Amino acid sequence: MAATQEEIVAGLADIVNEIAGIPVEDVQLDKSFTDDLDVDSLSMVEVVVAAEERFDVKIPDEDVKNLKTVGDATAYILKNQG
Amino acid sequence: MSPTNRTVVVTGIGATTPLGGDAASTWEGLVAGKSGVRALEEEWAADQAVRIAARVAVEPLEVIPRPQARKLDRSAQFALIAAQEAWKDAGFSGKAGEEGSEGDVEPDRLGAVIASGIGGVTTLLDQYDVLKDKGVRRVSPHTVPMLMPNSPSANVGLLVGARAGVHTPVSACASGAEAIGYAIEMIRTGRADVVVAGGTEAAIHPLPIAAFGNMMAMSKNNDDPQGASRPYDTARDGFVMGEGAGVIVLESAEHAAARGARVYAEAVGQGISADSHDIVQPEPEGRGISHALQNLLDNTDLDPAEIVHVNAHATSTPAGDVAELKALRKVFGDDADHMAVSATKSMTGHLLGGAGGVESVATVLALYHRVAPPTINVENIDPEAEANADVVRGEARKLPVEGRIAALNDSFGFGGHNVVLAFRSV
Repeated sequence: MAATQEEIVAGLADIVNEIAGIPVEDVQLDKSFTDDLDVDSLSMVEVVVAAEERFDVKIPDEDVKNLKTVGDATAYILKNQG
Repeated sequence: MSPTNRTVVVTGIGATTPLGGDAASTWEGLVAGKSGVRALEEEWAADQAVRIAARVAVEPLEVIPRPQARKLDRSAQFALIAAQEAWKDAGFSGKAGEEGSEGDVEPDRLGAVIASGIGGVTTLLDQYDVLKDKGVRRVSPHTVPMLMPNSPSANVGLLVGARAGVHTPVSACASGAEAIGYAIEMIRTGRADVVVAGGTEAAIHPLPIAAFGNMMAMSKNNDDPQGASRPYDTARDGFVMGEGAGVIVLESAEHAAARGARVYAEAVGQGISADSHDIVQPEPEGRGISHALQNLLDNTDLDPAEIVHVNAHATSTPAGDVAELKALRKVFGDDADHMAVSATKSMTGHLLGGAGGVESVATVLALYHRVAPPTINVENIDPEAEANADVVRGEARKLPVEGRIAALNDSFGFGGHNVVLAFRSV
């Protein structure tokens, strides 16, 4: 069953918490991965791979650069999840 | 014209070792004659011929936050912990040149030279397991910056803000000493004013243990872990693998004086040579080692009469331990009589590329406190050892309380690398 927006944000918050140590409550739709959440370019790949697994979605490398904020990633997953 | 023969001093020390999570607790353990060797309790150890090792006393995750630690190989974690301590000990904090940093040093005049013998081997092997078990996509994007041998040096360079140069000499078990020698040269020849230097290693993993074990290089005294590392004893049967890091802050004497830094010792210089004898076997008469010692005397103003202590390479192997002592006798003659020789690997195990770092910390502290740590587990001393050197056995020994004294730290590595460092009281 497809995840809701709320479930996706909560899932991304868990992932970002695990990878960057940012408290889950700080992971909000308007937050930038690199500027606000301490996710560097390599760690972003980790976030993407973890999100792919969790939400049954494929995020090709060429799309990753467009996922600047938690909102961008959430919208992408909502649209493309299997 | 840049100065080419400047005096170099040690102004900071740091360590994380099997005896303690910092330099002070490590030194305390060394002087007390404690062994850091334990039985390996991991499941994988059950199949190994060697089931003992000297793990660090304090796990790096107790010190480094997990989000940072997961992007660092264990060897880089150790290096950062030791470097952070040494940096602070030298009176610095933060990244040089940045707002909020403390201590006076120009980033363009600051270097880092941290070596490892094997580098990120556990990262490489762990990620190969991920590749096989979970597939290509799951291999960590951090793998390359974690496993590259220059990773500890690069991460320490980032920590302190080093821009004069960040280097990683690799010479197996001589790597840590070669790093410190390189750093001394950077300052002596005018390339840098301050250099953070040392060695690190984290190779306690089934593959390296199996590989060193199959070379018959390691002790298989699994029934007596704390008695297994026994340099100079007639029953010695190989080294015990240790892990950890030792880092010192080296500085031009002038720079240290200008900022009023505490000086532990002078870093007099180094002697380097290569055996060109065998890829792993030491040259039995210690000719390469003699050559390194002679180079040390030729390159510096060190006087053999002032050398009162040698932190020996002595790993507890049958051939190597004695070859080193023969070389000391050959080069120093009767002066070898007043050199208290300590094999601290009897307590820490052999930290491979980390050894030169940790043992330089021990050598500097021996001069500073004027105490030579003991060699433990010498029940029956090898007659060839006894004939050539004064080995400090059982208990720590006081060094002369007055006058200028000097000490050596020897490190040799597979490949026939010989590095001798000299330090002197100030």
